Amino acid sequence: MKIGLFVPCYVDALHPEVGIATLELLERFGLDVVYPPNQTCCGQPMSNTGCEEEARATEALFVKNFSGFDYVVAPSGSCVRQVRDYLTAVEQTPEVLHLRKTTFELVEFLHDVLKVDAFPWAEFPHRVAIHNNCGALRGLRIASMSERREPFFSKPKALLSKVSGIEFCDLERPDECCGFGGTFSVFEEGISAKMGQDKVEDQIGSGAEYVTSSDSSCMMHQEGCARRMGADLKYIHIAQILNGNAA
Amino acid sequence: MKGRSETVAVSPGVRRIEPQPKGAKIRGRRPVDQLEAANRFIAATEHERMHDARLWDLRQKRDAEMHAMPEWEELRQMASDIKEHTLTHLAHYLEEFERNAKANGVHVHWARDAEEHNRIVLDILNSHGAKTLIKSKSMLTEECGFREFMAGNGISVTETDLGERIQQLDDESPSHVVVPAVHKTRADVAAVFERTLNTVPGDDDPVYLSEQQRQTTRPLILQADAGMTGCNYAVAETGAIVVCTNEGNADLSANTPPLHIASVGIEKIIPRMEDLPVFVRLLSRSALGSPITQYTSHFRRPRAGGEMHIVLVDNGRSKRLALEKFWPSLKCIRCGACMNTCPVFRRSGGLSYGATYAGPIGVILNPTFDLHKYRNLPFASTMNGSCTNVCPVKINIHEQIYGWRQEIEKQHEMPLVKKTMMKAAGTLLANPTLYRAALPMADSALKHLPRFMLYNHLNTWGRQREVPEPSKQTFHQWYKENRKPRA
Repeated sequence: MKIGLFVPCYVDALHPEVGIATLELLERFGLDVVYPPNQTCCGQPMSNTGCEEEARATEALFVKNFSGFDYVVAPSGSCVRQVRDYLTAVEQTPEVLHLRKTTFELVEFLHDVLKVDAFPWAEFPHRVAIHNNCGALRGLRIASMSERREPFFSKPKALLSKVSGIEFCDLERPDECCGFGGTFSVFEEGISAKMGQDKVEDQIGSGAEYVTSSDSSCMMHQEGCARRMGADLKYIHIAQILNGNAA
Repeated sequence: MKGRSETVAVSPGVRRIEPQPKGAKIRGRRPVDQLEAANRFIAATEHERMHDARLWDLRQKRDAEMHAMPEWEELRQMASDIKEHTLTHLAHYLEEFERNAKANGVHVHWARDAEEHNRIVLDILNSHGAKTLIKSKSMLTEECGFREFMAGNGISVTETDLGERIQQLDDESPSHVVVPAVHKTRADVAAVFERTLNTVPGDDDPVYLSEQQRQTTRPLILQADAGMTGCNYAVAETGAIVVCTNEGNADLSANTPPLHIASVGIEKIIPRMEDLPVFVRLLSRSALGSPITQYTSHFRRPRAGGEMHIVLVDNGRSKRLALEKFWPSLKCIRCGACMNTCPVFRRSGGLSYGATYAGPIGVILNPTFDLHKYRNLPFASTMNGSCTNVCPVKINIHEQIYGWRQEIEKQHEMPLVKKTMMKAAGTLLANPTLYRAALPMADSALKHLPRFMLYNHLNTWGRQREVPEPSKQTFHQWYKENRKPRA
C-alpha cells in the first residue's frame, strides 16, 4: 500500500515532531510511505476566506504532488476536510475526485482503513482530555456529535483506549469549538481568544494533565491561550501518543 | 414584600453594576463591525458570562428533549422535506391558502416589501379609525421597521411579549428571535423599568418587575383599538394561521380588540394540518428545551362582530428562493437553536450583528437584504457546523456561510487588505520554491513563518495568546536528513 504523507504547513514548520510521529507510526505498519518534497498546503486559508480563485494554483499543486497514491494521510482533520469537501477550485477530473476520496485524516485512516487493534509500543500513564477539531468531528465524522441523536462513538478514543495507562478526562462541553477557525483566529481575534480561554478553563476543570487532538492547529491556539493564562496543561498530538513517544 | 428573593436589596452605589453593553454602531449602509461590538460585549464580563450560561442551558435542555425522543432525526428529516416540498410549490400553496382564508371570511393582502406591508397595515388601521395597537412578537415586523413607521404615523404600538416589551421600552431591537432580552441582566431590566415605568430604584426582583410591567401594560391591552400577531405556520388547506407563545399574548393581542391583523412571511406556509405536529414537536424543544409552548393558538376566522386581516409578505423571500445556494434558509422556523449553540453568538450578544437577525441564521439571511452592509457577518463564524446539526429543519447553515464568503469575494465586497493577503498567500503557497525560501531565511522559523501563516497579523495573534515556540528544523529538513528522498 503506497501512502502519500501530507504534512500541513504549520506542522512542517512549528510542529515537525508531529510529522515525524505520523511517519514513524505509519511505517510501523509496514506501509510504503512517501513524503512528496514539493508539497506546501491544501489551499484552505484562501478558500476558507472565500477566495477560491486565489486557492486554485495551490490546489493544483496539491493534486500534482499527491496523485498516484493509494491513500494520502495527514495528521490534521481540518486540512483533510478541506481536501475532501472543498477542494473545488480545480477542475474535478476523475483523478481529482479519486484523490479527494482517498485522502484521510490519521485517526480515521488507522481506525477505518488499517483497523488497528493494538499499539503494543505505546504507553501513556496520564490523565488526558480529547479535543476534536470541528472539521474532523462534524465534517469527517470521527466522533458522534452532541447535537445529533445518535449512538456514541469516538474514533480517537477507541484508538487511545488501546494505549496502556491512559486515563480519560471528560469536558463539560466536549463539542464546543475552541475558536481557532483558521483565519478567524487572527481576523476575529477578540472572540477567538475568548473561546480559547473558555476551552482551556474547561480542560483545567476536567483534571487533565494532557490535551490531545488529531489537529495541531486547534492545539496551537489552545496552547497559546493556556500559556498566557499560566495554565499547567500540556498539549500533545495523538500521533505522538499512538507512536509511543515519551511524554 | 412577599415573594421577593433576598439577593436584591443592595443599595445603589455599594455594588458596582456593570452597564449593559450596547449593540453594533449603525452608520447607514456602512458595513457593520460585528467584531467591535462583540469585543465590547466580551469586555462586559458579567454580561458575557450570564449570556453564555443562559443560552448554553437552553442548548442542554434541548439535548435532553432530543434524547427523550427516539424519532428525533426522523422528525428533522420530515420537517425539512415538508419545507422543501412547500417551497418548491410555493405559488400553489399560497393561492390555496388565500382561497381558504377568504372563504373563512378573512381579508387577505399581498405585500411585496416592508414598505407595502407597513402601508397596508396603516390603511387598515386608518379605515377603522384605530390609534392604538397591541401586538405579539414578530420577527417579520422587525424586518419591516414596523414600530418606527407606526410611531411616525401617529399609531401607538405596545408589544405584549415580555421580552419584546422590555426591548421596546429600552428602544432596542430584539437580540434573539425567541428570547429578545436575553442579553440583559436583571439589573439592566430594573434600570429600564425604573426609567420607563417608575419602579423602585435598584429593585431587581423579577416578580416585582414583571408585576409592574403587567400592571402598566394591561390597561393598554384592554383599551387597544386593534391587535396584531405574527405567524408560525399558515396552513394552506384550512386557511388558518398558528401562533406559538409561552405567555398567551398572541391570544390577548388577537382576541381583545375587535380587529386582528396578522403579518405572515410567505415562507410560513405548510400544506396540511397533519404537517403541523411535525413542527410543533420540534419548535419549542429546539428553542427552549421545553416539549411544547404554553400556547399553540389557531386563528381561522374573525370572531363574531370582529374583523381579521392577513398580510402575506414577500420582502425579499422570492428573490432568496431563486438563489441556488441559499434558498434552504427559507426553511427556517425561527426557533433560535442555532443561536443558542453558536459559540460566537453566545460570546458576542445578538445586538453585535447590527441586523434584524443575529447568530448563524442572521449571518446567512442578512446578506440577502444588503450584502454591502452585512459583508462582515459571514466572517463572524468558525464554521464549526454545530448550527447545521441542531437545526430542526436541517438548514446547511455553515455551508451557506462558506458560500456567502465566496459571494462576497465575487461581488467585490471583500476588504482590500484581506484580499491582498489572500492573493499573497495564494502565490506563495502555490510555489514550492518560494514557499521553502520563505522558511530558512532566518535563524528561527518564528521570524518568518507567521508572515504567510498568520498573514501579518502576528500582533493580533499574540495579544492574548503566546506565539508557538519555534522549532529547530522543519519536518522537511528532518525528512531529508533521515529518509531517502523519493517522489
